[in-house]
Amino acid sequence: MSPLLPPDHLERVDSWGQAQHAMAYVFRPSTVEGMRAAFDLARRAGCSVALRGAGRSYGDAALNSEQMLLDLTRMRRVLDWDPEAGVISVEPGVTIGDLWRYVLGDGWWPAVVPGTMQVTIGGCAGMNVHGKNNWVAGTFGEHILSFEALLPGGETVTCSPQENANLFHAMIGGLGLLGCFTRVTLKLKRVHSGWMEVQALAVPHIEGMLEEIDRLKEADYVVGWADGMARGRALGRGQIHVARELEPGEDPAPAQSLRLENQELPDTLLGLLPKSLMWRLMKPFVNNPGMWLINSGKYWASRLSHGHRFTQSHAAFHFLLDYIPGWKRSYLPGGLIQYQAFVPKEQAAQAFREMLARCQAAHLPTYLAVLKRHRPDPFLLTHAVDGVSLAMDFKVTQRNRARLASLAQELDEVVLQAGGRFYFAKDSTLRPETARAFLGQDALKELKRLKERCDPEGLLQTNLARRLFPDLIPTA
Amino acid sequence: MDDSPIEAPRPLEPRPKAIIIGASSGIGAALARRLASEGYFLALAARRGDLLQDLRDEINAQGKGQCLTYSHDVRQAEQAPELLQRMLRDLGGLDLFVYCAGIMYPSDPERFDAEQDLEILQVNLLGAVAWLDPVALRFRREGGGHIVGIGSVAGDRGRRGTPAYAASKAGLHTYLEGLRNRLARHGVTVTTIKPGQVQTDMLKNAPQVRGPITAERAAELIWRAIRARKSTAYVPARWRWVMLVIRHIPSFIFRRMNL
Repeated sequence: MSPLLPPDHLERVDSWGQAQHAMAYVFRPSTVEGMRAAFDLARRAGCSVALRGAGRSYGDAALNSEQMLLDLTRMRRVLDWDPEAGVISVEPGVTIGDLWRYVLGDGWWPAVVPGTMQVTIGGCAGMNVHGKNNWVAGTFGEHILSFEALLPGGETVTCSPQENANLFHAMIGGLGLLGCFTRVTLKLKRVHSGWMEVQALAVPHIEGMLEEIDRLKEADYVVGWADGMARGRALGRGQIHVARELEPGEDPAPAQSLRLENQELPDTLLGLLPKSLMWRLMKPFVNNPGMWLINSGKYWASRLSHGHRFTQSHAAFHFLLDYIPGWKRSYLPGGLIQYQAFVPKEQAAQAFREMLARCQAAHLPTYLAVLKRHRPDPFLLTHAVDGVSLAMDFKVTQRNRARLASLAQELDEVVLQAGGRFYFAKDSTLRPETARAFLGQDALKELKRLKERCDPEGLLQTNLARRLFPDLIPTA
Repeated sequence: MDDSPIEAPRPLEPRPKAIIIGASSGIGAALARRLASEGYFLALAARRGDLLQDLRDEINAQGKGQCLTYSHDVRQAEQAPELLQRMLRDLGGLDLFVYCAGIMYPSDPERFDAEQDLEILQVNLLGAVAWLDPVALRFRREGGGHIVGIGSVAGDRGRRGTPAYAASKAGLHTYLEGLRNRLARHGVTVTTIKPGQVQTDMLKNAPQVRGPITAERAAELIWRAIRARKSTAYVPARWRWVMLVIRHIPSFIFRRMNL
């Protein structure tokens, strides 16, 4: 028999949405040598290894039930920083929060950031995340100049768009199934102020939302919030936030506004209520009537502030998911899932209208819906299209799980019909045949070829990989 | 392990998963069939691997549950942690663990056989401890789970025909009670099942037969106790009252009775 994995390392690991969890043997290496040792142990024990950063994937992308999990959050050093060129090299466990705090004083900001700053750079690269500027700036991977990675066999590789280009485009967005980033070099974005100018616009329905998002797509940042509970013609009504970086000279004292104190999110609401308590106050509203009230209220408030312009710090504008710490706990005990679909722009209005209506018909309305504009990117497992994404949060309860799963399959049909795609960082519901359908045979063949080259033993696996790509995993 | 295909997992609708140790015949096999009919994904272990494979084929052919099998002799207690890790890896999780392995020799007040008695203790009690300790640790870390031990009404009293068997089951009951008290605060349920007489291979070694129930009936009642997350369940329930009386018979009378 193979040797045991040490029971001391057995931990419960939750998906970020907390609608599922896994027991795994968690190792937290702080050096590349430590990573190697973990791979060796897994090989001897005959088990697989999953890579995990901050654990911000909503579903099972960073879970590995009953096997090994490499938590890379202790690989958290900045390795090199060139404040003239705005080029930084970091270990994979450095977070977006670490990164912007490190560089902002020199007048730089990460070129692409997701809605939370808690994520690690390794996770951002492995999932090829996007931000509210996907149309103008592309995905996170498009700002990676090069990376070094450790393959499970012990080999190290250096990849860039010029060197090992195939592997570069497969490992970025490669779900951590080919190798583990050990050094990521990023090109940052110049900013001339700690402030941004933001404008809020109300839109009366989903068609209006998509028109406005398309019209505003050249802006620095644009994001839409939709009321997923409004019915009929008003379906998909909501609010768009469009933001602009300030030009040089617009901010009279950039050295002042670029200071970190200016960016930190306040820890109280209105200077009084500790935000750490907010989720408890939200909890009674996380149900259909409560969320109807909140969504409607938010929409009518947005009508009042239509066209309103204001300034906001970068951190406050970008990291909405961090604004109320622990908000996801208001969805407990069942947790939440997110369903995000990317649909070509021509089909988006019809597809999104149908999707929102189907959620309502199934009595599973989304409590939070967010829209963004996207463009295609050159990565192998890309989720992007020239179109729009709709991300919907759903509360999970013991009673609605089966209905939610079948609703997700219905929505999958609509998205596939419209030529759409999906995003694995969010996923908990896709079926293997759906993943095959949207990725296509060619991409999956190439993934398999690279898997055989980088990880012939199939050491790198996750629950998501076993669920969606069973062909990728060599059978024992 | 066999190579029956495992369907793609559905994170929102996870299949309940169970391990049964001692599943090749009797109550264990009947409980495996019952759990399979509830859609469980099962890992079954027993000494008699051939019997287990027939059961696996039967369950997998029915298509509702799924089943993996492992050959294991609970007297090889040192193998338990490794095999447990392998079973968990194959199942991908665990909701329910049933320790069902048990042996009994013919009741005989004139037989004083240490070898035989030690074997009973090894299978019925030490094997249970070897398996349940690592399972309990895992459930404790997880903050949930359900452990079921198959004890016996015989464990409620030391009868003259089967002292070692009674002691093994009494030990198991007490061990399970301790686990229950240890794990309740961590969200883990521990159920002690105390079957009366059940029509199994073991019954031919049992002292007397008073209207035994079938193994299928026993499995049904055990499943109900599992679903209700009971602490202790007599199977069938009337044994609770029978044993209440028997437990209270004073020792000086009990030793004169022909029980």
